Amino acid sequence: MVQALLTVENLHTEFRRAEDVIYAVNGVSFTVAPGETLGIVGESGSGKSVSVLSVLGLLRGTGRVTQGTARFGSTDLLKLKRRQLEDIRGRDIGVIFQDPMTSLNPTMRIGDQIMEAMLTHHFVGRKAAYNRSIELLEEVGIPDPQTRFRNYPFEFSGGMRQRVMIAMAVACEPQLLIADEPTTALDVTVQMQVLSLLQKLRETRRMSVVIITHDFGVATNFCDRIMVMYAGKVMESAPLEEFLKRPAHPYSVGLKSSIIEVGQTNRVLLPIPGTTQQLTEPPRSCPFVDRCTMAQDACRETLPQLRQLGGADHWVACLRAEEVVRHAG
Amino acid sequence: MAIARIAVNGVAPARRRSQLAMAWGRYKKDRLAVVGLAWVILFLVIGIIGPWIAPYNYATTNFLTANQGPTWQHIMGTDNLGHDMFSEILWSVQNALEVALGATLISFIVGVALGLWAGLKGGWADMVVMRLVDFMFAFPTFFMDLILVTKFGRGMGPILFAIGITGWAGYARLIRSLVLGMRNGEMVEAARALGATQPHIMRKYLFPNVMNNMIVALAFGIPGDLTVMAGLSVVGMGLRPPLPSFGNMIAAAGSNMLGYPWLMYFPAGIFALTLLAFLFVADGLQEALNPKGGF
Amino acid sequence: MPDEMLLEVTSVSKRFQVRGQTLHAVENVSFALRSGETLGLVGESGSGKSTLGRTVLRLLEADAGRVVFQGRDLSRLSVSELRKERRHMQIIFQDPLASLNPRMTVGSAIEDAMIIQGIASRVQRKMRVNELLERVGLPLQAADAFPFELSGGQQQRVGIARALSVRPKLVVCDEPISALDVSIQVQIIELLKDLQRELQLAYIFISHNLGVVQHLSDRVMVLYLGEVVEQGSAQDLFTNPQHPYTRVLLDSILKIPSSSAERRPLVTLPGEIPSPFHPPSGCPFHPRCTLAYERCTVEKPILQGPTTTHLTACHLAETAISQ
Repeated sequence: MVQALLTVENLHTEFRRAEDVIYAVNGVSFTVAPGETLGIVGESGSGKSVSVLSVLGLLRGTGRVTQGTARFGSTDLLKLKRRQLEDIRGRDIGVIFQDPMTSLNPTMRIGDQIMEAMLTHHFVGRKAAYNRSIELLEEVGIPDPQTRFRNYPFEFSGGMRQRVMIAMAVACEPQLLIADEPTTALDVTVQMQVLSLLQKLRETRRMSVVIITHDFGVATNFCDRIMVMYAGKVMESAPLEEFLKRPAHPYSVGLKSSIIEVGQTNRVLLPIPGTTQQLTEPPRSCPFVDRCTMAQDACRETLPQLRQLGGADHWVACLRAEEVVRHAG
Repeated sequence: MAIARIAVNGVAPARRRSQLAMAWGRYKKDRLAVVGLAWVILFLVIGIIGPWIAPYNYATTNFLTANQGPTWQHIMGTDNLGHDMFSEILWSVQNALEVALGATLISFIVGVALGLWAGLKGGWADMVVMRLVDFMFAFPTFFMDLILVTKFGRGMGPILFAIGITGWAGYARLIRSLVLGMRNGEMVEAARALGATQPHIMRKYLFPNVMNNMIVALAFGIPGDLTVMAGLSVVGMGLRPPLPSFGNMIAAAGSNMLGYPWLMYFPAGIFALTLLAFLFVADGLQEALNPKGGF
Repeated sequence: MPDEMLLEVTSVSKRFQVRGQTLHAVENVSFALRSGETLGLVGESGSGKSTLGRTVLRLLEADAGRVVFQGRDLSRLSVSELRKERRHMQIIFQDPLASLNPRMTVGSAIEDAMIIQGIASRVQRKMRVNELLERVGLPLQAADAFPFELSGGQQQRVGIARALSVRPKLVVCDEPISALDVSIQVQIIELLKDLQRELQLAYIFISHNLGVVQHLSDRVMVLYLGEVVEQGSAQDLFTNPQHPYTRVLLDSILKIPSSSAERRPLVTLPGEIPSPFHPPSGCPFHPRCTLAYERCTVEKPILQGPTTTHLTACHLAETAISQ
């Protein structure tokens, strides 16, 4: 097997609050192969963003990583000093966030911001950085790049700002691009534009991409591999084809059937009961047990670990995964 | 048709404590604020009972014991007229409190009323109020206080009124901006959609939500007004002696600083501590009533 | 009287003046709605769908057109008459937390709706609060909770309970599920459907989620830059879309494929929604339309169709009809 580009193992992250501790990530492991696109899917509070932000050293507030490793090439990102991590982030790992307005500097011309992304990492010289910024703007589909280079973020629409963010993220030719809900704030037609842009860039650069999303439609149409998270744990992880054909976790199955698509008329909906909750103590049993229609006593007594299902590269954290597959198939 | 009935097992947390109790919980964590509060309470108590526990009357002069340092008879010494400084201070607290609280209350009421009106009504009302506010900010209010006091005299009432009537602009501006921020928000829209009248929206939706900010502003306002009051005395336009006040004492002590330093130490020290205490309390309230929340 | 219209909206327009410029938020929209029916409003941001919902409720004053609700022209009502009438028309918001008073418990928020409308005695109100909480699937202890102590789905249930407390006939649902997680969305949709059936509510359901709109609506209107480009029965409109924009919208949805071979190729419509301050001449969609020809740039197409139920504002659909 190819050497993985990013290997995260047994990651734990918690947030200390005045009176308690939120256990946001509870032992997450995953790998990203070179050129692979991983989709991390989950609802709010599933820890999908937090696990990736932990790896990038971008946790806000009182969040801190308590355990785990995150090997990028041969370095453990979690052991790096801030400066060293900043050096890798933005050069070897590009990052895109949901809301480009908050990640762009409102008082700086967008061209200068793209140039700065290259200059801080000594990627190229000043003159080259300028030329490259123009090229990048053109590449991400911003018309009339020479003029737009001199515009400020507020002069762009939401979709255009996201394109600028993408240009900045790929400016130093990263090996890995991490996109945290990149299309959530956008309209469907604009979402399409941004995704097809990302696809084009991914292909021309042979980058690995990690996309964090709550939208199965985005994940399944864009990714090679799907990882479903819940309550800070990986519930299921499988190559796309396998995931589409044989979903093996009751939560994945439930989530997929909760999506109401155009064309399915008169469908009887079977909602997943209950709501997600933040964990104030580490999970000891399956965190999904209270909402699961297949729960048994065993599910309340043990914490299911990720285990391989069948011969394929299909991992699932459910005691009754085989039955789920049989039932759904 | 049978529809799966939705079970909700994410049960809402039962009310453990009221919001007030939670706010007090946060307040307690700030040690300086607690110390400040203790001092402020002591100050308030003295303000009420001070005149009764004062060993001497504030007007009692005794030239035989003038300009004495601290002794057992006069624990804070005496001034050049033989006034017992300790008694003077006890009396001053009451005067300071009356003027500061009264003046702050006047500014507060005027400011809240005008601010609410401007914020809710908008249009020309907002225009007029805000231009007035601009005027108050641009005009040196201390100078206006001086004019008013000169005109109406140096009694308790006129000073209280003068400070009160010139200090409302800040409150008005604050409450107007808070109301403006909420007026077009979904909370007020929801209330309008329910058919609520303007007074109902003001009373049950806007007011409770600006209250916390106003309490904090009020807490910051009191030490401000205390300072203005003392400032008036320093330029000779404060409470007319023999009515004791911190400003008067500090102003008088200034000229004798080298000879009789205790005349400065005690009133100035206590006054400064009091200002600090009010600021600590205000800071604590700020944190307790408007928690940043989150992680 | 099943044939009587609960709501009739005729040629309603709404414009905003922003820094000296005119923003055409809603242009010349008409529709009618019966009790127990749902009208879906679909469109991207800036399409004017939320503005239309609020104009219908007269939370915003229309600049032109008429809104007749229960046989009364809302624009003719005095302020106090309108307040009384609000009892029959309610709204549910996208962000339930923002629409609730953070200093009011859930119970008093629901009760306040009844106080405002002067419904029932104190005791009856308290009983009705409990009834409503149970009906929307909240535990009774929720009455004492503050909104921020609840999850997003629970907050939305509170919003629904409050709207229902005054027994409305029409409810405008303004993106009621788009801030919620998928598993919670389904719960709320089911609740809204049940309530509609039970109480014969009419819904105006505003959403950018076409699947949900189709699932819930009897009829659907597609808005683009404040204008209706297509309207018809949900069935018709989604299976046989006529307007190029409706087709683009439907095409942009990323469905979950059944296998990786069936993935949707990510090809896109060029351009973005133009600024509503300077809407394009002729058909508002022509700058992005792959089928546009000269006529589209100069002449605004009229909303019409072969049947009275499925209408399209497109010159090409028009020629198709005449042939």
